[in-house]
Amino acid sequence: MTIQEAKFQYLLRLGDSSLIIGHRLSEWCGSGPILEEDIALINIALDFVGNATAILGYAATVEGNGRTEDDLAFLRGEREFRNLLITEQPNGDYAATITRQFLYDVYTYYLYEALKSSKDETIAALAEKSHKEITYHLRHTTEWMYRLGDGTAESHERMQNAMNDLWMFTGEMFDMDEVDAILIKEGIAPDLNTIKEKWEAHVKPVIAEATLQVPSYNFKQKGSREGKHSEHLGFLLAEMQSVHRSFPGAKW
Amino acid sequence: MEDEKKIAAFEAKIAAGNKIEPKDWMPEAYRKQLIRMMSQHAHSEIVGMLPEGNWITRAPNLRRKAILLAKVQDEAGHGLYLYSATETLGIDRTELLEQLHTGKAKYSSIFNYPTLTWADIGAIGWLVDGAAIMNQTALARGSYGPYSRAMVRICKEESFHNRQGYEIMMHLAQGTPEQKAMAQDALNRWWWPSIMMLGPSDDQSPNSEQLMRWKVKMESNDAIRQRFIDRTVPQADFIGLSIPDKDLKFNEATGHYEHGPINWEEFFEVIKGNGPCNAKRLKARTDADKKGRWVRDAAVAYAEKKKLKAA
Ligand SMILES: [Fe+2]
Ligand SMILES: [Fe+2]
Ligand SMILES: [Fe+2]
Repeated sequence: MTIQEAKFQYLLRLGDSSLIIGHRLSEWCGSGPILEEDIALINIALDFVGNATAILGYAATVEGNGRTEDDLAFLRGEREFRNLLITEQPNGDYAATITRQFLYDVYTYYLYEALKSSKDETIAALAEKSHKEITYHLRHTTEWMYRLGDGTAESHERMQNAMNDLWMFTGEMFDMDEVDAILIKEGIAPDLNTIKEKWEAHVKPVIAEATLQVPSYNFKQKGSREGKHSEHLGFLLAEMQSVHRSFPGAKW
Repeated sequence: MEDEKKIAAFEAKIAAGNKIEPKDWMPEAYRKQLIRMMSQHAHSEIVGMLPEGNWITRAPNLRRKAILLAKVQDEAGHGLYLYSATETLGIDRTELLEQLHTGKAKYSSIFNYPTLTWADIGAIGWLVDGAAIMNQTALARGSYGPYSRAMVRICKEESFHNRQGYEIMMHLAQGTPEQKAMAQDALNRWWWPSIMMLGPSDDQSPNSEQLMRWKVKMESNDAIRQRFIDRTVPQADFIGLSIPDKDLKFNEATGHYEHGPINWEEFFEVIKGNGPCNAKRLKARTDADKKGRWVRDAAVAYAEKKKLKAA
């Protein structure tokens, strides 16, 4: 695998995760628990779509086959997407949405922090911008972790259930393969073992303060690195790509 | 009961072009009318998120997706801003939302029509936001300070939405034959509801002389509708779409377009709750309210716990 190929794969992982979790958040539109949260969720979704557009645009440039960010977003199938499994999990109730977002935000907080010093200048610049947004996202989701975890008996139970359901998708966030090995060597991407340490050191105290338990099981789902997704992704893409694919070659 | 001197002073203030502020004395009829209008406006902003939100997940490219998200975020922001402005009249958001959920308060008739294709997103921005601007630039000159200031701020964003909607339509109209047909179909379906959303014609809704004098109502519905039509017809011509009104013609003498008869029966049916989406929209709002209750309860419980700990 060449550096260029590794970089393309890596950018798909970043860009697809943003695109898919942004899509999930946008599904809340108009049905949030309170108007202020509707606004926050749309705002965060917008940040993710913006980030995905920039990263997939750069991926297309790196690939150099004349594809665009829209081609990558709208004309790839389920097996070609590289988003993390956690990002495609359904919204569920607000507890599931907040928990999913928290576990993922902490991950991107440290990942993008490290990417700010990537030797690839474009990645470094994109990370710089995104990290500011992620800092805000993380503050928002952390506040809700406390409110819902330590709110009422019902909210606590819903949060613990969400944590139990989603924890299994956190392991693969730190999986590394040849792509990572090549980019670590080039100083383009960080070693995910160091991100994992920071993630655990951050996530566990928040979970404890939210009066929740870290699930005791060690079982982890994985597969997104090879494009092996949960059944949810196919439906999400069918919806997302429907208009674009119905009018081949059309301009919008 | 209301002191005649107070009314005289209140009216003199308005006649002099000054704004009425929340702490100022105001007649009860003025307060009630403003609560009705402002909350109806706020409700329209948040119910309007539903038909447009429908297409966020299916937007045809990333740029359009981002623009639509930003628009819907603006509309939610307008809702929040207008609820706060309405609260200055001594009623809180919970009560206003209850009026919406129980059907006691209305929202704009236009959002009871379905968004069937992507072109509807263009049509809404172009026509619905366009019609809203005509109404709101008038309201920005109204006498109640918080509402008038809200209108000034909101109108700027609505103009942006209007341009983006028109831009969507322009791309479709210049696109493939299927895209053009989609745009024309959207215009066919949204034209009449858009001109109806500006309210019943003047002979059916006599503007009370009092509301005009109090600068609650600034212009008649028909006058606003005329401005909207005069502005929009040339825009349709420019992109090669045709207005679905065979009687539409330009009157050289008056400089205005004359339109065919409006189906007011349809309008009043929609207002009564019998439009294609009334039940669906209201259910979406009440479902969100019910589904969110435990979240709001948790937030309150947590805040109280924190207060106790701090004490
Ligand atoms: Fe943001
Ligand atoms: Fe608005
Ligand atoms: Fe708008």
